[in-house]
Amino acid sequence: MTPFDYARATDRADALRQGAATNIAFLGGGTNLVDLMRERVASPARVIDVSLLPGAIEDSEGGGLMIGAAVRNTALAEHAAVRARYPMLSRAILAGASAQIRNMATVGGNLLQRTRCTYFYDVEGSRCNKRAPGSGCDARDGFNRIHAVLGASEACVATHPSDMCVALAALDAIVHVEGPGGARTLPFGELHRLPGDAPDRDTVLAPGELITAVELPPLPLAARSTYRKVRDRASYAFALVSVAAAVEMDGDRIADLRIAFGGVAHKPWRATRAEAALRGATASAQAFRDAAAAEFADARPLRDNGFKPALATRTLAAVLSELTTGEAA
Amino acid sequence: MSLIVNGLEVPAPADARVSLLDHLREGMHLTGTKKGCNQGACGACTVLVDGERILSCLALAVQYDGRRITTIEGLADGDALHPLQAAFIEHDGFQCGYCTPGQICSAIGMVAEAKRGVPSHISPDLTAEVRLSREEIQERMSGNLCRCGAHNGIIDAIRGTVAAEVGA
Repeated sequence: MTPFDYARATDRADALRQGAATNIAFLGGGTNLVDLMRERVASPARVIDVSLLPGAIEDSEGGGLMIGAAVRNTALAEHAAVRARYPMLSRAILAGASAQIRNMATVGGNLLQRTRCTYFYDVEGSRCNKRAPGSGCDARDGFNRIHAVLGASEACVATHPSDMCVALAALDAIVHVEGPGGARTLPFGELHRLPGDAPDRDTVLAPGELITAVELPPLPLAARSTYRKVRDRASYAFALVSVAAAVEMDGDRIADLRIAFGGVAHKPWRATRAEAALRGATASAQAFRDAAAAEFADARPLRDNGFKPALATRTLAAVLSELTTGEAA
Repeated sequence: MSLIVNGLEVPAPADARVSLLDHLREGMHLTGTKKGCNQGACGACTVLVDGERILSCLALAVQYDGRRITTIEGLADGDALHPLQAAFIEHDGFQCGYCTPGQICSAIGMVAEAKRGVPSHISPDLTAEVRLSREEIQERMSGNLCRCGAHNGIIDAIRGTVAAEVGA
């Protein structure tokens, strides 16, 4: 690990002041950043610990929930209002990592974790445009079973690894940010970027900008929601494909719904095409499959991940069947 | 800057790069906590911080200034083993023993989570009272790998002791 200075932010203003320096990293639970520093993927000169800044889960003015960035993943998953009103979010968090890691990891850190593409971590042996811009991508023609099928570029085929973020994408969460240019909010779907020709930038955040909170809007249909994750082992593995979905029924018709996919793209993938295909439609297995087909119409599978569109289709159909009939499929 | 390890106040390392795991093992010679993968994949380094289980390999020691850390060395009462330690022996909850300190610390943290109602990935109802079935313990202990394959004995040891109160 490259030597660095450690400073504990005393409050938000202190964090922002210290964050204005160059080559800094904000530290949450450390479950990703410490590993990245140990592997020398990240080498900040100064690490600013923001994990102890006040972080709470409170009712928001708009009738939703305001979640402080330093709230731990476990605390969010177990919160009574989250379990009752946004069950897909509890389930997404509980499907991720291990209990020890969920106890450490913060909400802000979860949003900013880096891809688990193995070539990204292989500093000595692999080319990676995300780690070293312009060096090339060894994943595109390498072992790419876990990689993206939607929205990838010539430069990068990495996926975003978070489960929690897939639920936040489906829930229309709002990200609160503060930085040298002041405070701003952005829709969750605009936080993460597609790789394009600058895959080193995972998000649209400017240097020194700090995520301060994530806001959940009041979304009554989210009370009927869930998250399903498909992976190579039953627990403690990253998603090959995952689905977060919420449905509001009107008889046998789908009045409204939200769908997002994980494991398929450089960012949590909000499935707007599938939603449009199903909004107002009669719920049926065929309708679910057709909607997934519409979403994956532009999929560009690589050598090892051609199974993903079909797997995502089956997973979406199973989740929507469960949510529309109340029975597990 | 100081940490409280098994009730003893100890200075935090001067070098911010030192992990909590290395500080315990190399700085304090508390070698009960084990280094397995050193990247958060195996759970061998699990310790309790203010009663919550965490991975000491992914923790910078300086970040835990002022926190109460319990390692495997802090569980026994003199020569009297913690009931879970004794149960691991009784149920053959290990073979080589390398993952055992992490398994035991993790299980203690796991039961505390269950008692306060934290659901798991396999809980059918997110809002129901938690009962620790075999399957629930399997899921909740999935962050602790045992390459010897002693998982069945580990679950028996946990069910017969610390999890008995919230068992199913």
